[in-house]
This record gives sequence, C-alpha cells and structure tokens, in this order.
Amino acid sequence: MSLELEFDDGREVFATEEMTLNMGPQHPSTHGVLRFIIRADGEVMRSAKADVGYLHRSIEKIAEKVGWHGFMPYTDRVDYVAAMTTNQAWAIAAEALGGVTVPRRGEYCRVIAAELGRICSHLLAAGAMGMDIGAITPFTHAVRERELINDLLEELCGARLTFNYMRIGGVAWDLPPGFDAKVLRFLNHFEPYVDELDDLLSNNKIYIERLANVAVVSRERAIAYCLVGPNLRASGVRYDIRKHLPYSVYPEFDFEVPIGTGRHGSVGDCWDRYIVRLDEMRQSARILRQALEGLPEGPVIAKVPRNYKPAAGEVHVHVETPRGDQSWYVVADGTEYPYRVHIRTGSFAAMSIIEELSRGLMVADLVALIASFDIVAPEVDR
Amino acid sequence: MSLLNTVPEMVLTTKVDQLLNWTRKSSLWYMLFGLACCAIEMMQTGGPRADLDRFGMAPRATPRVSDLMIVAGTLTLKMALRTKVLYEQMPDPKYVLSMGSCSNCGGLFQLAYSVCDGVDKVIPVDVYVPGCPPRPEALTEGLMLLQKKMMQERWLVREPRPRAGAARA
Amino acid sequence: MNTAAIQQLLHERFGSGVGPVESARLSDAVEVDPLSVDEIALFLRDQPDLAFDCLNNLSGTDRPARGKIQVTYELFSYVHRHAFVLKVDARRDRPQVKTVENVWPAANWLEREVYDLLGVVFLGHSDLRRLLLPDDWIGYPLRKDYVEAPEYHGISTVRESILALPERR
Repeated sequence: MSLELEFDDGREVFATEEMTLNMGPQHPSTHGVLRFIIRADGEVMRSAKADVGYLHRSIEKIAEKVGWHGFMPYTDRVDYVAAMTTNQAWAIAAEALGGVTVPRRGEYCRVIAAELGRICSHLLAAGAMGMDIGAITPFTHAVRERELINDLLEELCGARLTFNYMRIGGVAWDLPPGFDAKVLRFLNHFEPYVDELDDLLSNNKIYIERLANVAVVSRERAIAYCLVGPNLRASGVRYDIRKHLPYSVYPEFDFEVPIGTGRHGSVGDCWDRYIVRLDEMRQSARILRQALEGLPEGPVIAKVPRNYKPAAGEVHVHVETPRGDQSWYVVADGTEYPYRVHIRTGSFAAMSIIEELSRGLMVADLVALIASFDIVAPEVDR
Repeated sequence: MSLLNTVPEMVLTTKVDQLLNWTRKSSLWYMLFGLACCAIEMMQTGGPRADLDRFGMAPRATPRVSDLMIVAGTLTLKMALRTKVLYEQMPDPKYVLSMGSCSNCGGLFQLAYSVCDGVDKVIPVDVYVPGCPPRPEALTEGLMLLQKKMMQERWLVREPRPRAGAARA
Repeated sequence: MNTAAIQQLLHERFGSGVGPVESARLSDAVEVDPLSVDEIALFLRDQPDLAFDCLNNLSGTDRPARGKIQVTYELFSYVHRHAFVLKVDARRDRPQVKTVENVWPAANWLEREVYDLLGVVFLGHSDLRRLLLPDDWIGYPLRKDYVEAPEYHGISTVRESILALPERR
C-alpha cells in the first residue's frame, strides 16, 4: 500500500514512489546464486520475482551422455547439501528399470547414510536460518556438529560432501569396522545437542518475532504449488514418502512424521517450517538407532553388469530428501544411456511460490522466507 | 623483518614493500561468492574447525570492500557475465582464487552446454585449488599460497604486478 | 482409483480426445489431446472421486523418431492418495499445448522449464519466458538434435585439453 496524503483541495502532499531492487545473484543470504527482482514500496514488497538458472548445469542432458553408472556422481551435485538421498533416488530408478534387487544389508547401509545426510542437511538449514536473520552463533554451532557427521561419512565413503557412495544394486562399500559404535557415540552426543539448539534458537524471543506469522502457507496453497517435504508438513499435511509411499527398508522402522502446529503463530508460518526440520532430526536419529540395531549380515551390493542396459520403459520414482519428495521421471530405451531424466525437486516448487507469498511482506522477511524453505540453488536449477 | 635488539626503544626494521604486503596479507577480506558445492566447503572452512579468522580473513558481502574473490563452484555462462561485473567492482589490488575443478576447468561439467569451462576465461586467476570439492585443508593451503604470492609483490618500483604464471596449490 | 478406471471416466466425459491406457513397462499413462488438456485437467482436479489436487511433476521428452515432443504430467491426490500419469504429444515442428497453470499453479514454473529446454509453447500461459537459461539463448538444449553454440557473449564454450597441447619447450 502506498502512503498518499492529500490536502483538502485534493493536491497530493506526500506520495511514495515504488522502487525496484535487485537482490542477487551474488548475495550472502540467497543460499547460492538466486536472484530476486523486488518491487518495493518503502519496506513493503509488492512482489519479488525470482530469476533462477544461474546454476543451471544441464545435469539432465548430461545423463543422456554418460550412461547409467556414470550418472551417479552427477546426482551428488543435484543436491550437494544432502547428496546421499539423491544418489538413492537415481539408484532406485535405475534398479526399477533394470529389475535389480538390492541386498538387505545394502538397503540398511543406504538408510544409515541417507539419514546421516538428512541430519547434516537440516543442521545447515537450521543454522543458516539463524544466520540469515542475524544470529551468527547458531550457525557456527551447526557447522561444528556438521563436521562430526562429515567425518563419519568421510570414513564411510572417502568424501565429505559429494559422496558417490551408492551404486546401482547397492552401495560401494560396506560400513568400515567400528562404524556403528562411532555413529552411536555421535547420536548420544547429538540428541542432547538438538535440545540445546532448541534452547538457543527456537524459543528465542527475537527469533519467534521474526518468524512467527510470517509468510503463512495454507494447506491448500501448499498442495496447489506442490510444496513437498518439511515445507508441506509445516502447513499441516502429514505426508512423508518414507511412510506413505515407502521405498527401501523404511517400513521396518518406527518413526513419526512431525507436522506444523502453529505453536507461536499460525500453521504454516516460517517458524513452523523451521521447527519441523528440528523435529525431523530427532526422528532421523531414531531411525539411525534402529538401523544400527537391526543391521543384517550379508553382501552390500548385487551383481550388476558393468555394461548396464535396462530394457525400455519409464518409471516415476519418489524419494524423501531433506527438501522433500524428489520426483524422478526416467525413460529408458534399452540402450546403455538413459533416454530422458527429469528431476522435480523440492526447492524448485518452493521457489515458484515465493512470488505469491512475497506480496505485502517486508523486504527483510524475504530472507527469512527463503531460509525457511531451505532452498538450495542447484536443486532449483539442476 | 628483523628485530634489532640493540635499539633500546624496540624498533622493527623492514622494507616498506614488505610491511605493506604483510599488512595486506594479514587482513585478506574475501567476498562471499559461493556458487555451488564448493560454497559449502568454503563455509565450513570459515567455520569453527578450519577457522579462517585466524588468518585475519573475514567474509564480506559486497565486492566493493573485498580483496579476494573465492570462486567456489561451477560457473555457468549466465553467471559468467555477472562474475566479470563483480570482479570489476572490486578495488585494486584484487585477487582471485579458483576453488574446485569446476571453476578451474569446468570439471565434471565440461559436457554441459551451459557451463563456462573455467573461470580463467572470464577473469584472471591467481591460485587454482583442485578438488571436487576441495577439502577445507586444501582451501587453506591455497590461501596460504596466495599470501606467499602477496609477499613477493613490490609497490615502490614501477613494474607491472606479477600476474602471469599463476601459482598452483 | 487405478489408471484404467480413470481412463474410463475420462473417455465417457471427453470422448475421442482421450486415448487408451498406454502401458510402458513400470508405468501406465493415458494420452490426451494437447489442445483440450486444460479441460481434462480441471475435470481431474474437481471430480470428487479423483481430486487430483497436486501436479507432482511435468516433464517433456523429445521423440524425434516419431516427430513428437511428449509432455508428461504426473498427478497426485492428497485426498485419496492415488497417482495418475497424463501424457500429451505435441508436434515437433510446432509444439503447442494448452496450459494447465490455471488448474495447478505449480505448473507455471514447470511449464516454463519445458518451454525453456524443449521449446514447447504453452498456450494461454501468463508468463512464458525462459526460466533457467538466459533470455538471449538460442535453441532448446534438451532436444535430441541440439548443437552447442561455440561461444556465448565472447566466452568460448570449448576447452582444449591440456593433454592434447604440444609439449612446450
């Protein structure tokens, strides 16, 4: 709304002018290279149009050139904050087309790796959320915890970030000796830490003021815009692929699907999106404990030919990544190269709703909004 | 620099060049220019374990006050044009550290149609750090190498700054 | 409801615009007419037994052998928790499909992406611009016959392999 005051005779005394602000692509709080073109009236935004594609690396086209096995390292880079789950999605798609069954121990290794990755990603989301609205300390705390998981995953597969751990048919390596004890030790340390983060950040007065009741997404809008994962659950929809469209060995584990309750504001506000992630970390820790307990013996990878040639067909695969349901559409034409790979990611959906949500928000709230959606640029652009 | 104990008031003697370089290298402000995967490792390098602050390095949000651009990640063609603008906005003397295979040479994404194969096609690079992504230790080594390079610069003589023959971490 | 039952329902309502169930391995789909896909989509969303309130995925596939570009819609209903795959075939030389943006707002960006990478024109779309690639990009890269341009704004898109260079003396 623009402020317009008039004299009694109708002359304008004071009229504000709309301005156009450019935010990004190089901006510290856009989580990568995102760009917004903001039309603002003072501090209030009329709209924030997103301009994406600054990290469009043509991963879908590369899939058509490198073959089934060769695409695995690229899936890491679709979502580098949580590469394990993206690995898993590609593996599941290729296995479905090729009719490969993963050994049970392989599935367990996958779950352990994926859940560690989920905690890692949510930690970054929670830490960056604090940093984006002005609290630096939680970020350094989160990075400190992240390093511990990085160490574990490095021991597992040699990489800290882009793991390339999974293979079509299983995982590349078995858990190293003593790994389960190390994970347990980490969990014993980590579970109290989540409560600490709760104390430090979640119930901080300023934090709540900045996030509660900001950018509320109703259940209907969330579904219509195809928000997924924690963003959807924060709006009150209890839907988790791991639970409701299960893959891998997730049905064997007992865990809850946290949803937003509007504890400090209304259901579906930025604070809800944050707290859902925090609760999910606890659930992931729970899954990890069960997976370590029930770890079966046996091989971790099935026999898969080096020259992998699944028969023609197409498959839609859904995997719950930390940013929600990642929907893969893979077409095989019977050759050693995929015919078409399309990935609809959680961040992509979240980016598309920002323009609608931004109307009437303060400019400073946009940062909170982006952070609360946990948008990762390469997932939008691929 | 050498400390002359013979002088009672504790005087440090050094060359002007060295003093200038020493002060510059000890407060290297880097621009937050995370493009892709490497940005996460850059953040972790700035985090508590690798702790870039001990080198006097502080992240800056704008190019106009930064000395160093760490190009962390894949440079797409769409971004390449912006990178040029950002580089031009930085005040002299300025440095560029190319972090990771993608910004060194395109890396994994040489096959891609939308990726600029190497940031050195757009702006001059001082240090290349290999890795996909480089570990925090590798980035730290690259930065120390850059500091070493900065120490060799001379300011009181008229000669072009050494640009050619970039160092390799 | 399964794909066959939904196809039956659609066929009764829309007649010849709705094709039979196409069974590819692992995935069943129903092909419909590209110019009436918006009405069919609205029906799929608003019919209480179907209630497809979410457009989960929308992707384009180039099929030059058939002279078609295929657009695949993957629908999901949070009410009934069932899924359905809809397909339309657009002519490759003049690909035109009605937009479903008014049915599911999620389609806005997904359709822009397909337009950007495959050149399918979505009739009635409110903001059909390139999404990922720069506005001045030429060509549609996900088409099978796409040839990469040798340079973009003076930045060459090929990089000589260091291994192929003649040895320096």
